[in-house]
Amino acid sequence: MASLKEMRNRISSVKATQKITKAMQMVAAAKLRRSQDAAQNARPYAERMASVIANLAAGVSGDGAPKLLAGTGSDKRHLVVVAAADRGLAGGFTTSIVRAARERIGKLIAEGKDVKIITIGKKALAPLKRLYGDRIIQSYDLSAERTLTLSVAAPIAERIIEIYEAGETDVVTLFYSRFKSVVSQTPVGQQLIPAQVAGGGAPADLGGAAYEYEPSEEAILETLLPRNITVQVLSALLENMAGFYASQMTAMDNATRNAGDMIQGLTIQYNRTRQAQITKELIEIISGAEAL
Amino acid sequence: MADKLHFSLVAPEREVFSGEVDRVDAPGIEGDFGVLAGHAPFMTALREGRVTVVNGSTTRVFDVQGGFADVTPAGLTILAEHAVEAA
Repeated sequence: MASLKEMRNRISSVKATQKITKAMQMVAAAKLRRSQDAAQNARPYAERMASVIANLAAGVSGDGAPKLLAGTGSDKRHLVVVAAADRGLAGGFTTSIVRAARERIGKLIAEGKDVKIITIGKKALAPLKRLYGDRIIQSYDLSAERTLTLSVAAPIAERIIEIYEAGETDVVTLFYSRFKSVVSQTPVGQQLIPAQVAGGGAPADLGGAAYEYEPSEEAILETLLPRNITVQVLSALLENMAGFYASQMTAMDNATRNAGDMIQGLTIQYNRTRQAQITKELIEIISGAEAL
Repeated sequence: MADKLHFSLVAPEREVFSGEVDRVDAPGIEGDFGVLAGHAPFMTALREGRVTVVNGSTTRVFDVQGGFADVTPAGLTILAEHAVEAA
């Protein structure tokens, strides 16, 4: 059995760990609130953008449609963009995104498709590298970014579009975690290219009037679609951020509780041992005295 | 008084302005334009410039950079890359 001193050390080390997890939980809670606001504030823009594109897409049809909207007419080559966290200690956050992405990648490969991968976030790289190292064409590390703005998302979106326009891929899917609530984040795979027009959103009722465009319809759509990809990447990153902190908060809350249980168990064991030792000493003294 | 125009100015980070106004002047890529309630459906790219929002006797001015204006019967929506209220 461990000595009393060893047990004391053990208890104080668990207590120190508990303090750390508790602090991390509170930091995550504070950051969660901020990133949740950011994700919510970014939503109107993305929604409006989607409805504007839905309006435009309804008008542009057939051969005149830009390739970003219509696709290349093939689905042989896929580009999978996986956005996860840059840091760990957030429970199963990254794992669940990577699992969803891996399932899709595995399926595509089984179907004989050509798959390329871009990762966003340090934690997404390692598990995917092991399995599909030769398919990863680029990885982004956002751990140095303090705030997520359009300028963070823009280079990623530009790179995606560049790859698409160079004719190296036909379909682009973005994997990230959609933030539903503090306890629920679901990994989703969202198709970026060809652009998916919101099916439910009927085009705005124009009261019979025709839209006027300045400059032309095609020119607007051509600048709007790349920007839409940037916005989608940004909102994915923001959702991820909120989900990450929510997940970290839950994980750290669990860790703190586990540490508490452990401290309780160890303290009981420590007291019992101490008591047993005292009893033993007393017996020794008493039987020693009786022998005299 | 004529009907009011529903106007919203949205930047990627947040919604900068949203509400009912009388008139909005914006810098279109092919020339400045004004929008009143009941404007015909219209869409244009914007250049860098100022968006002036007039409501009754108050006027607010926003600096915008890049983006689009979308006029539908439901109102005017400006999607700007950057938008800040001018001091």
